[in-house]
Amino acid sequence: MAIVTPDTTADKYDVIVVGSGAAGGQSAYTLTMDGARVLMIEAGRNYDPRSETPMFQTNDTAPLRGVGTPDKPFGYFDATIDGGWSVPGEPYTNASTEKGREFKWWRARMLGGRTNHWGRISLRNGPYDFKPRSRDGLGFDWPISYEDVAPYYDKVEMLVGIYGTNEGLENTPNSPDGVLLPPPRARIGELLARQRGRTLGIPVIAAHRAVLSRALDHASLPAKLHPGNAMAQRVLAEDMQNRAACFWATPCGRGCSIRANYQSTTVHIPPAMATGNLDIVASAMAREVTVDADGRATGVTYIDKATGKEHRASARVVVLAASACESARLLLNSKSAVFPNGLANSSGLVGRYIMDTVGASWGGHIPLLENLPPHNEDGAGGGHVYTPWWLYKEQLAGKLGFARGYHVEFETGRGMPQGYGGYGEDEGGRTSYGARLKEEARRNYGAYVSFTGRGEMIPNADSYCEVDPKVVDKWGIPVLRFNWKWSEHEIRQVAHMQRTFADWLSAMGCTSKKQPGSDGSKAIEPGGSIIHEVGGTIMGSSSSTSVTNSWSQAWDVRNIFVADGGVFASNADKNPTLTIMALAWRTADRILDQMKRGNI
Amino acid sequence: MNRPLPGRMDRRLAIKWMLAAGAASVLADTLSLAAPLADGAPAGAPRGYGTDPDLVRPYKPGDYWPLTLSEAQLRTTAALCDVILPAEGSVPSASGAGVPDFIDEWVSAPYPNYVKDRKIVLDGLAWVDGESQKRFGKAFADAAPGQRVSLCDALAPEAAAGSPLESPSKFFRRFRNLTSAGFYTTPVGMKDLGYVGNVPLATFDGPPADLVAMLGLTDEVKW
Repeated sequence: MAIVTPDTTADKYDVIVVGSGAAGGQSAYTLTMDGARVLMIEAGRNYDPRSETPMFQTNDTAPLRGVGTPDKPFGYFDATIDGGWSVPGEPYTNASTEKGREFKWWRARMLGGRTNHWGRISLRNGPYDFKPRSRDGLGFDWPISYEDVAPYYDKVEMLVGIYGTNEGLENTPNSPDGVLLPPPRARIGELLARQRGRTLGIPVIAAHRAVLSRALDHASLPAKLHPGNAMAQRVLAEDMQNRAACFWATPCGRGCSIRANYQSTTVHIPPAMATGNLDIVASAMAREVTVDADGRATGVTYIDKATGKEHRASARVVVLAASACESARLLLNSKSAVFPNGLANSSGLVGRYIMDTVGASWGGHIPLLENLPPHNEDGAGGGHVYTPWWLYKEQLAGKLGFARGYHVEFETGRGMPQGYGGYGEDEGGRTSYGARLKEEARRNYGAYVSFTGRGEMIPNADSYCEVDPKVVDKWGIPVLRFNWKWSEHEIRQVAHMQRTFADWLSAMGCTSKKQPGSDGSKAIEPGGSIIHEVGGTIMGSSSSTSVTNSWSQAWDVRNIFVADGGVFASNADKNPTLTIMALAWRTADRILDQMKRGNI
Repeated sequence: MNRPLPGRMDRRLAIKWMLAAGAASVLADTLSLAAPLADGAPAGAPRGYGTDPDLVRPYKPGDYWPLTLSEAQLRTTAALCDVILPAEGSVPSASGAGVPDFIDEWVSAPYPNYVKDRKIVLDGLAWVDGESQKRFGKAFADAAPGQRVSLCDALAPEAAAGSPLESPSKFFRRFRNLTSAGFYTTPVGMKDLGYVGNVPLATFDGPPADLVAMLGLTDEVKW
């Protein structure tokens, strides 16, 4: 089994997985390791980071010094292919163009999807995060608790390789001993932020990121992850030896040819392929999940992007892993006599309660960090430290004016210079040049620190996606129309971020007179811009209030499962990818169990 | 943010790009295979490198779209680049590091924001040469080093709105930003700045211990 074409797919599979990112990759991995025969349908082209990653290229060898363009919004060397907030031929619409009501939808059309482009921050949801309504009366509780997911967090962390430490902080779970890899040492600006953060009562601890700070233990991990499964142990042990430890250079966002970071294409898909149980059909745009007269899913129809022709694949089980909004779109577009309002939509909740992460940032110049002796701060690419939310008690006591928290990410240091400018000081409005510019550039390089807040959004009835009645994409498939609204909780949370960051910068000696405004609605980044959208097929404890049950299984169609962030009933400040993977593994285990019992 | 952070991708900037380029396409259907042509670009103009360029293929300015500055404009560009970032010991000037080709590539690019920069830069270069003729009787590139500096000195202070120097001084700021971005992203420029990364290491050891101590910091954490 391998990369196949629409003409060489098998007649029937055990499972079709739509999508190849964190959810699709994990689903395919878990299913194929246990012997299930899987067809993965991916809307983008096949992609191999081992041969396609621009490792070590400097920005002067890229067009326009590598800065972002409409073709490559995150820069030329960013791994994203055929992606961005706008994808040619694949539009979406917004019901309102009013400021604060728009949603921007990031997609990547490539094998591995958006896992090829992300910060690789891998945080566990804590116990509160699964039961937020019980805690503060807002949003929804999940039908599962931290204890249900914890074993799967353990497995994913061992498989992927996550660096970090256990600090035992509130709602910030520890991993069992030996699961996490050692974190890289903090950079100088991160140490300064930690020291001064302490004076403000703000903790700074090691970040958790999906980068191999040392090679994985191929001798012991496979048996822990796949007890009693000799084939899986052999395949994984071999694959782990093909992943090198990070050599502390060249940005993760370009992809990683030595497979030291996590992309679905560096971690999940290679071993799944090695089992011989996975077929992948790429450049295939899923159109519809088909059902029989009894309302059971029978397979998926898709458009071969090369020919524009429609094809059909059959399976016992369909796993939707196309991303929260794309999976909702697929269900809404799967209308039939049995399901006139779209598939799995008897609750009317498909597409409802879309959430993104709340984002804002503030940075400044730190004189203490001027003119430091040159030293290499590339490290593991992203942050080596972060701040988990630290005001749970004050918040619960109602002292903050907003109900949910945020964590803080750091940008400091002496990273590879980019083509965005910002090298002159321009004091008094005078444009620096000549010897003065060179002196300023050297003095200030590495002296800029920026804090980025990533906060929890509470689901609300005004933030949802639906099928646009008029617009179709290049293949004639109806597109999504987004509706969006922040609540006062998010707006006030952003104001708190901005104030905290300004105070923190002052504590670090920042002398900038420029201060952030107090209006959170001005600083909040537009919906969708953090690219953490979840919800749309939320899980719950009853078929009238949710789309999926506690196993991410559609209430209405028992052989359809949603493995992506669509099932999230809340969107904790913790970046969603690790939780998506943990839930996808749990769901795949359930599918295997139910197939063995003959229930699906 | 007070100032873009050299060395790090800025999400806000990426969003600005998206808003500039994609606002129309979010609401309307875009069926083109690459970015839409910028307003005012002639039909048949190049469309950029597309959404799936070969990232490991060596690239040089002119590969994706033709360079468009004239010989005279390039001479003025190089002369101005070198006032902004002159040679210093063994470190080459901006033109010695190839920055004029980068500026040519930038103002010749088909994307919307670059088309905007094109007008600023072409108008600015023409102004600089005209002013040089007026003041010194020769093109800027042929003026004496001291004369070039004196002209730039006139442009460096932020000019008041409505002043005859308003547009030229804005051009000068923009051109300086382009020159420094072009220079500090070359290997010699990065070295001059003190960037010593982009090399594989067996271990990442963090900041030097004496530096940590000098700043009064501690690195006692268990990592």
